[in-house]
Amino acid sequence: MTNITFGQYFPTNSIIHRLDPRTKILSAIGCIITIFLCKNAVNLALMSAFVLTSIKLSDISVKIYLKSLKMVLFVVIVTSVLNVFYGQGEPIFQLGFMCITLDGIKNSIYIAVRIFLLILVSSLLTFTTSPTDLTDGLGQLLKFLYKFKINVYDLAMMMSIALRFIPTLLEETTKITNAQKARGADLESGNLKQRIKALIPILVPLFVSAFRRAYDLAVAMECRCYIGGKTRTRMKILKFKPADMWTFVVLILLFSLVLTANLVGIFW
Amino acid sequence: MPNTFIDIQNISFSYDEDNSSDKIFDNFSLKIAKGDFIALIGHNGCGKSTLSKLLNGLYLPQTGNIFVDGMDTKDDNLKYEIRKKLGLVFQNPDNQIVASVVEEDVAFGPENLGLDPLEIRKRVDYALKTVDMYEHRLKAPYNLSGGQKQRVAIAGIIAMQPDCIVLDEPTSMLDPKGCNEVMNTIINLNKTFNITVILITHNMKEAALAKRVIVLDKGRIISDGKPREVFSNVDLLKKFSLSVPQATELAYLLKGYGFNLPDGILDEYECAVAVSQMLEDLKCR
Repeated sequence: MTNITFGQYFPTNSIIHRLDPRTKILSAIGCIITIFLCKNAVNLALMSAFVLTSIKLSDISVKIYLKSLKMVLFVVIVTSVLNVFYGQGEPIFQLGFMCITLDGIKNSIYIAVRIFLLILVSSLLTFTTSPTDLTDGLGQLLKFLYKFKINVYDLAMMMSIALRFIPTLLEETTKITNAQKARGADLESGNLKQRIKALIPILVPLFVSAFRRAYDLAVAMECRCYIGGKTRTRMKILKFKPADMWTFVVLILLFSLVLTANLVGIFW
Repeated sequence: MPNTFIDIQNISFSYDEDNSSDKIFDNFSLKIAKGDFIALIGHNGCGKSTLSKLLNGLYLPQTGNIFVDGMDTKDDNLKYEIRKKLGLVFQNPDNQIVASVVEEDVAFGPENLGLDPLEIRKRVDYALKTVDMYEHRLKAPYNLSGGQKQRVAIAGIIAMQPDCIVLDEPTSMLDPKGCNEVMNTIINLNKTFNITVILITHNMKEAALAKRVIVLDKGRIISDGKPREVFSNVDLLKKFSLSVPQATELAYLLKGYGFNLPDGILDEYECAVAVSQMLEDLKCR
């Protein structure tokens, strides 16, 4: 469990942490779009520089970011290797139907860099934003959907409750697993089919207790006057600060730089 | 009764509406005064928890009415108002905490009431200080002990500024330390803030701390009065296989052996005084 860093939150008090969650969500999306628009080395270098600077600013150990990159390493290698053979132009090396071109090598490097950058950007978002802030920000950003009869408030509430119950259910799983082990359940040996079957005595009680919890929680929420929807107010109101503005300014600058570099690239 | 807060008038209630022979309550009446501290004791299935859910309109009586501060729980328009005035705290703190940060959970109730953010902030800080959990306000609930979690749940109710809090076995899942923390909080709420408290419990020592004890059995009140009055009739409680506080039990047993001890001893101190008095008398003789 502890090896999965992707999607976790690492609290420090860096500039990035203090940004409004909406800024971070929008910036991450903006960055991802810009990364896909990068068509030459200059652009990719520019984006890499930006992402690496943000990582430095986030005050989280680089090792943690590397861990999240390790997860996609295999995917990156496979796609890069495949892409080497899909280039056009003068072949440098030919073996039967496979030919490697300069274009192909260039492409595969670009793709590898792009995927790494994507992972880094999304890690940056989740590492620096608490789950509550993330749902809050997402709820605020999707508020316009309320006009289309989609109850964003309820969805945001569901998401935050889901996040709230993850540790509780994890604890419960450990308890049930131990209880079943104490009764002689064998979870660690046997082939795949046997192991999956051994999970049933853990999953069934887990589901039963989850439903019971859900019922209790619903009653407790009702007792605390929850009726859902628009009439609720929030204690913490998200507010854009100057730092958020500067983030957007930098991003827009970056975006236009990449676009011009792309256009100039055409004439090269 | 002067300034009645809760008025239960001849209600009957059964979970199965078609099968009226299986009634939890049949023609049950009870009045509870404002600012009182009630302990409700009785066996599982005697109707204690059902009563708590009847009080705030989660369940509705089939016949009869329940008035909370003059408002009928059957009136759909008043449901919200009643729940604002009468907060419910349940047994398992884990299943009533909604948010993943303590202060945000406490804010949940006031947020539902649609209050101004500044007002919510004020109420949350106040509620957390009242239950002595202010320094833990930014923690995640799963990092807290059971007693602390239950106090957060109580704070969540206090933040709605109710006139009455009903607690359904709030200490039954806690260790002794957690029990003490929660009980001190409850007593403080009643004493300092004059909030009407209805405590449903199995723990007789806790019940002895109340101002009025009501013993329920099969939807009927079998004893009702000050703790001293209720616990002096040990025979009656024994008949319904209910226990009494340990000190009361000791005095009762000693009396059974012919020692001359007064009725209605509630705690260790009273017991010690009575026993030393008795020994003194024995020496004199």
